[in-house]
Amino acid sequence: MALKLASIFFTMILVDNYVLAKFLGICPFLGVSKKLDSAVGMSLAVTFVMIMATAATWPIYTFILSPDWAQGTARDMGYLQTIVFILIIAILVQLLENILKKYIPALYSALGVYLPLITTNCTILGVTILNLDNKYNFAESIVCAAGAGIGFLVAMVLFSGVRRRVEEAVTPKCFEGLPITLVAAAMTSLSFMGFGGIVEAIFGV
Amino acid sequence: MNPILLAIVVVTVIGLIGAVILVAASILMYVPVDERVSKITEALPGANCGACGCAGCADYAKTIVEDGNAVNKCVPGGAKVAGEIAAIMGVEAGSAAAMKAVVACSGTCEKTSKKFEFEGIQSCLAVKGLYGGDGACAFGCLGYGDCTKVCAFDAIHVTDQGVALVDREKCTGCGACAKACPNAIISIIPEHKRKPVVLCQNKDKGAQTRKVCSAGCIGCMKCAKACPKQAITVENNLAYIDQEKCVGCQLCVKECPVGVIHVPAQS
Repeated sequence: MALKLASIFFTMILVDNYVLAKFLGICPFLGVSKKLDSAVGMSLAVTFVMIMATAATWPIYTFILSPDWAQGTARDMGYLQTIVFILIIAILVQLLENILKKYIPALYSALGVYLPLITTNCTILGVTILNLDNKYNFAESIVCAAGAGIGFLVAMVLFSGVRRRVEEAVTPKCFEGLPITLVAAAMTSLSFMGFGGIVEAIFGV
Repeated sequence: MNPILLAIVVVTVIGLIGAVILVAASILMYVPVDERVSKITEALPGANCGACGCAGCADYAKTIVEDGNAVNKCVPGGAKVAGEIAAIMGVEAGSAAAMKAVVACSGTCEKTSKKFEFEGIQSCLAVKGLYGGDGACAFGCLGYGDCTKVCAFDAIHVTDQGVALVDREKCTGCGACAKACPNAIISIIPEHKRKPVVLCQNKDKGAQTRKVCSAGCIGCMKCAKACPKQAITVENNLAYIDQEKCVGCQLCVKECPVGVIHVPAQS
């Protein structure tokens, strides 16, 4: 069990990295990776919301939308998952914003505009839906969400470093700004392909 | 139950529960906000353009109330919004700093001359690339109208005197011309009825300047000595008037031996 959880966790970070392998959440990846501290702050917020969202959506899907006994019947409402999950994530982020504003105002002002942006961050929706697609149980889902969040953090931190080098380098005029950033992102993503199979080899799962 | 009805009921119930939680949270975790902040946020245009230097209208409103930021920094809102914010804050609106472009060159055709005849692409940037421009003075207006081309308001033109002139009625102070000018002689300064500006950018020594242009600043320091507020400094043989310190007494205008200090609003 522990082995399976560890395998899921590291797979999410290295092999199935949401940003670099599944190409979800590219917007904050490019938008917030300019500075290391804001990249870390954003990633931690995303990780937190991912875990919270998974903890909330998994029971709702499994017990309300699509319980075992209803599968295959007209009662099966699994098709509602996207709309219901978005609703739940939006509520969660709003709640989180209230809590941070009241109890951790420093973090609230540091996150600033990124916190509401998490609402529409597709990695969160992606994690919650892919957990169900992979038929993970609750514990596995939570670990998967945590792994996805840490994977997001790793990608952001790595890329903010790459980006600093890119910004200092002399780029051809036509590549300046976003184009060279996208090229750099593609190479970072390519390098992550080298992790393919590493987790299976280590954990033997 | 009808599956469509069921779906509607489920989503509605989840939405309602969420709404109740959020309402409860916003009451329980209410953070008192200075009501002036929300009032000012409403008064601002809400364009979130960032011209004030803050991260958005709401952020600007916050810095006005908490950090005493100036009330007249909203460019799209202009004097009207500045007045409204001033009323909310109970302070003077101040001049809602209208910014205008000023061309710092007095080298008209009679005052200066050309080094050579240029017959290439009719652009300041092109002529600048050829021995630093065709003007005798390497710092002055090149007169090929790169500024005119970028002006979206038709507010700057090269006169038959060979120097760009700003139409102060039409100028919005957007700064496009200042960026386009290869000699960087255009600056964007706050509009003022009486404050003068040194209309020259020549940083050569006085004698050298004199040779190429009879209207150039020779760095004689007379204006700096005449200024009662120490607003004028002479650096690199060029006088500079600090618009913040200047009170508009215009003693420097009278004192300048070459007549290069002018009040833009009056000329």
